[in-house]
Order: sequence, then structure tokens, then C-alpha cells
Amino acid sequence: MMSGTMSEIHDPNAPQSTSDLANTGRMDVSAVLDEGRGVVVPESVGEVVFNLDDVHVFYGDFEAVRDVTMQIGRNEITAFIGPSGCGKSTLLRSFNRMNDLIPGARVEGLLAYHGFDIYAPDVDPIEVRRRIGMVFQKPNVFPKSIYENVAYGPKVNGMKVNMDDLVEECLTRAALWDEVKDDLKKSAYALSGGQQQRLVIARCIAVKPEVILMDEPCASLDPIATAKIEDLMKELAADYTIVIVTHNMQQAARVSDRTAFFTADVDAQGVRHGRLVEYGPTRSIFTAPNDPRTEDYISGRFG
Amino acid sequence: MSATLTRPFDQPDAPADLDLRGHGQPLVDKTFRWILFLCLFVGIAFLAVLLAYVVIKGWPRLDSRLWTNMPSIRRPEQAGAESAITGTLWVIAFTALFSLPIGFLSAVYLEEYAKPTSRFARFVEINIQNLAAVPSIVYGILGLAIFARALALGQTVITAGLTLALLVLPVVIVATREALRAVPQNIRHGSLALGATLWQTTWRQTMPAAIPGMATGTILALSRAIGEAAPLLLLGAVTFISFNPTGPFSAYTTLPIQIYNWTKESREEFQVLAAATIVLLLVILLAMNAVAILIRNRTQKRW
Repeated sequence: MMSGTMSEIHDPNAPQSTSDLANTGRMDVSAVLDEGRGVVVPESVGEVVFNLDDVHVFYGDFEAVRDVTMQIGRNEITAFIGPSGCGKSTLLRSFNRMNDLIPGARVEGLLAYHGFDIYAPDVDPIEVRRRIGMVFQKPNVFPKSIYENVAYGPKVNGMKVNMDDLVEECLTRAALWDEVKDDLKKSAYALSGGQQQRLVIARCIAVKPEVILMDEPCASLDPIATAKIEDLMKELAADYTIVIVTHNMQQAARVSDRTAFFTADVDAQGVRHGRLVEYGPTRSIFTAPNDPRTEDYISGRFG
Repeated sequence: MSATLTRPFDQPDAPADLDLRGHGQPLVDKTFRWILFLCLFVGIAFLAVLLAYVVIKGWPRLDSRLWTNMPSIRRPEQAGAESAITGTLWVIAFTALFSLPIGFLSAVYLEEYAKPTSRFARFVEINIQNLAAVPSIVYGILGLAIFARALALGQTVITAGLTLALLVLPVVIVATREALRAVPQNIRHGSLALGATLWQTTWRQTMPAAIPGMATGTILALSRAIGEAAPLLLLGAVTFISFNPTGPFSAYTTLPIQIYNWTKESREEFQVLAAATIVLLLVILLAMNAVAILIRNRTQKRW
């Protein structure tokens, strides 16, 4: 159950902050900014999908994330960056109530989706998750055929659709159709890691969500597979709202419209609490950060 | 010793005192290795001796008479174990019928539904482990008191099936839990993140993924039940039965009971017959274990 939170702290696959930062100087990121989404987003969020007001996330008595206030815009790609253990994955998982699966996890403050508090007593987390999909760090395809992986979500949600058409449509959107169209009955495990992750994205959009949460979707992929996923994200942003957690700052600079920088405060007992330091258009975060901690992190002087 | 150290490349700048011979204790290592091997050999040797003894002793009767003839007191040369074979099949079928659904569903509750922090779940868990440690004869007494007497089911196939089901239930539960636990958490999370309910996730993802492990555990549990004699002796299965069971309320005998009955006879022919029947029982049990191992090996490393 704890895999989500533990992986963020102990994951050996995740790029090490220091080595990652070593080749991620200011100039470098500025360079990739220009090959990014191109459109310069306004300073404030337009149409708000998520509205967070003073959100705190706890595991039992441990406050993993404290005091996050931010708004996430529709059809934008929002990146959460920050060092390991700063609570960005934890916060992401509270957006579709996946944190409910961890015993003792609870959210305080207001986390609203289109203005509705998703932690209100009458809210069914299953309904929330159908609208807010999730892509995990490790491609978690089901031990079934490629076709069944995509068809599973619509089936369990009782969607009345032509399944063959839907499967083709979703695999096409996930830029996987041409590679698998002759092997739909084959086990999803036969695919490469990058293909599996695109299958997971196809599976996710098959239930027609509005939001796709991505928890380090490229952490276990090679640079070529990563580039494909990044291209895919940019295409999907036309129809979906995407929130991505990443350790790779170049990735954040390349794909995102807005970037939120988190860090961990260490309190008097030595316990780390995640905190949002700075949030704004990606270009301003990377070129003119307001907070010295952001400046240190993106220029590699962190830690 | 210097002969074992050669230096084909003459490098004058190399350190002169380089000694790569190590300082291990080869004698201790070797002795320990032999002790380990001898311990292993004890178990294997006894199995080999047992098998050789029963095969040699039972050889004259290892023919079709064994499974096509009924037991007989007067004519041992014509006697066979047909009623014991069919009785075993009947009893084990009822054992499976009662123990598998209850065992599977109990395990699903404990693994998938109960909160790991729940005191009730932990209490149940400890008691299942306690149940697995109860001697089989005690289950015989329980079966006699409850099923045979209180429920007035008498000395029938169904009484034996119910009693053996209780006997193997803890084994089935523990094996099923292990199988469920081996299913990666991210399969469940992937399903739940698509808006599937816990029921859908368990039924369509977790259980199918756990089936190979469940099958392995189940076969091992049932093979234990097939070899059990003690509880059935108490349930009154010792009576002389020379007909095949006709239904759940029929009298019966089983292979271990038949072996027990024949070994009590003083005539040599019956000793030979008992040995032949032991070979038959061992072949059945080894075949079941082989199937279990086969299933396990075939499905290893799926994720």
C-alpha cells in the first residue's frame, strides 16, 4: 500500500537529484524552453479545474504536505517539481483520492474539482477516479491482452460503446495503434516499457476522463521512449488537463505550461514536510524565479 | 604453494608484496559443505528406501487387479482397492466442494477487504494459524461429534468431506492469501484508478492474476487430505466396504484406510496388497505435487 510514497523517497530508478541537476544548468533549461509548448500562458489560471486552498495531507500523525494553495487550469500541463520526499506525488495522489488506499492517509483543507469539494462525505471516490485518471511511474499494464487492457475501463464503467472502435481510437491517440494493431490479442507484457506506458495512457483515456494525473511517467523509460511520451502529452493537452510529477527539470521545461516547485521543510524534530514554494508559468519559474530556493534548485545549487 | 601463483606479465612497477592467495579456511568450508549435504541426504535417502521397499514388496500385485477388483477377506489373490479409489475420489470431491469456496473467499476478505490495521482481521489471522497446527485426529473427533452425531449425517462420504474440508481450510486460506499477496499492488491501483470498484478489481484483476498460485496451494492442500487416515478412522471408516459409493450419503472407504485395514491382516498376501496400494497412493500424491510444481513454474515471473 505504501509503494507510492515510499518509491518517491527510495526509488533507485529515479534520477538522483544531484546528478540530474549537474547537467541541468540555467542556460540549458532556457534552451529547451523554446522547444516547449510555445504558447506563453498568462500569469493567472484561466478556467480552473482544481482549486486548492490550504491543503494538508497526513499519513497518520505525519504531515507529508502542508499548506498548499494553488489553482490548476483546464487543458494546461502543470508540472510538479522538487527534490525527493517533498510530497509532490502525495499531493498528486490526493487529486483523485488514490491516497484513500493508504491506511491512515487523510486530507485537510479544501481540494475542489470544478468547485466541488472532492473530500465531501457524499463523494464516491470511484466517481472521482473515473473523471480524473492516473498514469503511474512503473507501467502497470494488466496481465491481459493489449485489447483487454484498453477495454477494461469502459467495461467496468458500463460504457455503452462500440468497443473495437474505442480501442482503436484510444490506441491511436496514444500513438501506439500502428505498432500493435496486428497484435491486439497478444499479452501486454510482450510490449516494451515505453509501449506499455503508452498503453497505460490509452487505457486511461478510454474511460473519457477530463484530467490525467501522471506520477513520474518517464522515470523507468529510456530517452527515446521518454520523448514519445512527452510528445503525446503535448498532443493530449488539447483535450485533457494534465498534471505531471517529474524529477526531470528539463522535462518540466519542455512540456509544461505551469510549474509548481515544492520543497521539504525540516522541522525541529527532524521530520520533513512538503511545501509549495513557488507556482507560476513555466517560463517565469525557469527564467525569473521569485524565491531563492527555486533559483537554487533549478540552477543546480540545491543540497 | 608458490607454484599456484604465476605471473605471466613481468611488470617491474607493480607492488612486490601482492598476494592474491586469500586467507580463507578451505577445510572448514569443505567440512561444512559436507555436513549440509549429509543433512539433505537423510531426507532423500529415507524417501528412496521407502519407495524401493514398497515397490519391491508390492510388485507382484501392481497390476490391473488393484484398481478393478473389490477388497476381499477370503480371497486375497483376487482382492483389489477399487472401492477405496472411488471412495477417495468421492471424499476429496466433497472436501474440495466445501473447503475451496470458503477458503478462497476468507482469504479475499483478509487480503483485499480487511484493513491491515483491523484488530478483528489480526485476531482471525492468528487463529487460522492456530487451526493449521491442530492435530488431524482432533478434527476427527470434531467431525464425529458434530457432523456424524449432532447433524446425524452418519458415517458417510459427506461427513468425511466436511471433516477433511475443515482440516485443509487453514492451508487453503494461507495459500490463497500468499497468492493474492504476490499480485503486485500496482495492478490493483491501476484498476481502481480507472474508476473500478473494489469488487470489480478483485474479481477481474486480482483473482485471475492469483489463480496459478491459488491452484498450486489448493492441489497441495487436497493432496494432504487424500493422504489423511487419522480423522477418518475416528469417523468409522474402518468397516469393510466392497462396493463403490453411490452418493454423498453412502458408506465409503479410502486408500489410506484400506492400507491400514490390510496391514492389520496377518496373511502375507495382504501385506503385499497393502504395499501395492501404498505405491498407488504415492503415485497419485506425487502426480498431484508434480502438477502443482508445473503450474508454479509455468507462471513464474509474470511481472
